[in-house]
Amino acid sequence: MDDDVRELYQEVILDHGKNPRNFRQLEDANCEAQGNNPLCGDRLTVYLKVDEDRLIRDAAFEGRGCAISMASASMMTQIVSGKTVSQVQYLFDKFHKLCTGEIEEFPQDEFAHDVDKLRVMSGVRQFPMRVKCATLSWHTMNAAVSGDSETSTE
Amino acid sequence: MDATPSNIDLQRSNYDVDAIRADFPILASEINGYPLAFLDSGASAQKPECVLRCMDDVYRRSYANVHRGAYTLSQAATDYYEGARKTVARYINARSDDEIVFTHNVTAAINLVAHSYGRRFLQRGDEVIISQMEHHANIVPWQLLRDEIGIELKVAPIDEAGNLLLDQLAEMFGYKTKLVSLTHVSNVLGTIVPIKKVIDLAHERDVPVLIDGAQGIVHTRVDVQDLDAEFYAFTGHKLYGPSGIGVLYGKKDLLNTMPPYEGGGDMIERVTFEKTTYRDAPARFEAGTPPIVEAAGLAAAIDYVDGIGVENISAHEQELLAYATERLNEVDGITIYGEAQHKAGIISFTLDKVHPHDIGTIIDSRGVSVRAGHHCAQPLMDWLGIAATTRASFGMYNNKNDVDALVEGLNYVKEIFS
Repeated sequence: MDDDVRELYQEVILDHGKNPRNFRQLEDANCEAQGNNPLCGDRLTVYLKVDEDRLIRDAAFEGRGCAISMASASMMTQIVSGKTVSQVQYLFDKFHKLCTGEIEEFPQDEFAHDVDKLRVMSGVRQFPMRVKCATLSWHTMNAAVSGDSETSTE
Repeated sequence: MDATPSNIDLQRSNYDVDAIRADFPILASEINGYPLAFLDSGASAQKPECVLRCMDDVYRRSYANVHRGAYTLSQAATDYYEGARKTVARYINARSDDEIVFTHNVTAAINLVAHSYGRRFLQRGDEVIISQMEHHANIVPWQLLRDEIGIELKVAPIDEAGNLLLDQLAEMFGYKTKLVSLTHVSNVLGTIVPIKKVIDLAHERDVPVLIDGAQGIVHTRVDVQDLDAEFYAFTGHKLYGPSGIGVLYGKKDLLNTMPPYEGGGDMIERVTFEKTTYRDAPARFEAGTPPIVEAAGLAAAIDYVDGIGVENISAHEQELLAYATERLNEVDGITIYGEAQHKAGIISFTLDKVHPHDIGTIIDSRGVSVRAGHHCAQPLMDWLGIAATTRASFGMYNNKNDVDALVEGLNYVKEIFS
């Protein structure tokens, strides 16, 4: 169990949790959504700048939450920048399945570089009650690109 | 001898915590390879062997539906169910068994009052006073009533330590005040509210009072005749009994002026398609098959608690609270919320730069169970200016080892986050 905890709270997650990247409001965002986890009260807002070709030019977030949710949101903003909406939706689907244990590994495809980052988060699989912490920012990003202004983990 | 709390010998009194622990089978468990340190009794307490055995026995030997069958087993089950009502009435010193309504939990009890009493006696513009430290269960039912009939909700303030500000509460009463609905003990701050004073204040103005006793009855002796509140609600599962059963105490004459809340079998006198007449309380409020075995389990739990004595349990928890407060204050970066003059065995705290959920997960890996989050008291969290706390809450079976395990767990958290 100590090993599982250490795997979940590894250096890279603690670093992103303490110093989240792209932690700001995006002035020229044209997609944004609020994510709530009503069970724990965590809230965050995801801002995206999406161009006419559905390419995400910039991504940022604000909010409060545990180290897992902050780190996941921080990494998410790095990963989605420069990708198309359909690409990030594909990644979201795979990431979600990885966290819930539906799949064991990411498919070997063009996103190998991002997958290494996301794999770090998959330690959450050993802690079913914490999966929502890892996926909240992705749900919120997905809501933003789908035109929903609000989403919830419930 | 140094009189700091750490030097208080918890065995000095006749309180034998080891013997009590032996009565709770779950406490022998290991969690993730560590002995279980269960510090979440404020959310739900563990169950002693006698409760488990009683419920098992009823299912095995005395189970049938109640109040209906003219046969031996139905009578046996009815005896258990109605016997439990007597046990509850005796424990809280009700004038009559008829003042004890079985519900599913405190939430259901408060909703019953909001719907039945609220719709009958409150009108648009009438005011209900609650406090800053209510659980959502004593906020949302009143908001639903507000949205339905237009009552107003007034919130009595607390000070920084978590004491209810009685003088300010007294000034909130007006001719439109029709009910005070107040927690007995804050589930976050541990504050023991001087409810007797509030009830007296309200009664001087002919305002009835509902007490949310979810945490209160666990830590203090409740005598409803002495308190004189119109309603007192509590739940079985926090009192070492089963989940699925709660109690609404209500003054008999008042209950009988209130309309039914849910309709169905067992609560009627006579049904025709044109008109139905209802039985008196408590049957009026117990439509459908009730939690029969849970009632028996609750009675067993009350007998067990009463055998040890809630005053003794409370004294034991006070010693643990003092010890835990001292030990936690040794941890760098900790902030404890709730320093009321009178406090029950509940400690909420935050640790610098670490979210309560991370604390909860990490110390669970060392066998320590605590609650992390907003504790269903978001308005209080907003007032405190925080999103969440970690909460340790004590039951009759906790000991200093549990507190030590918590402190060691927090040191492990700090090691990971260093």
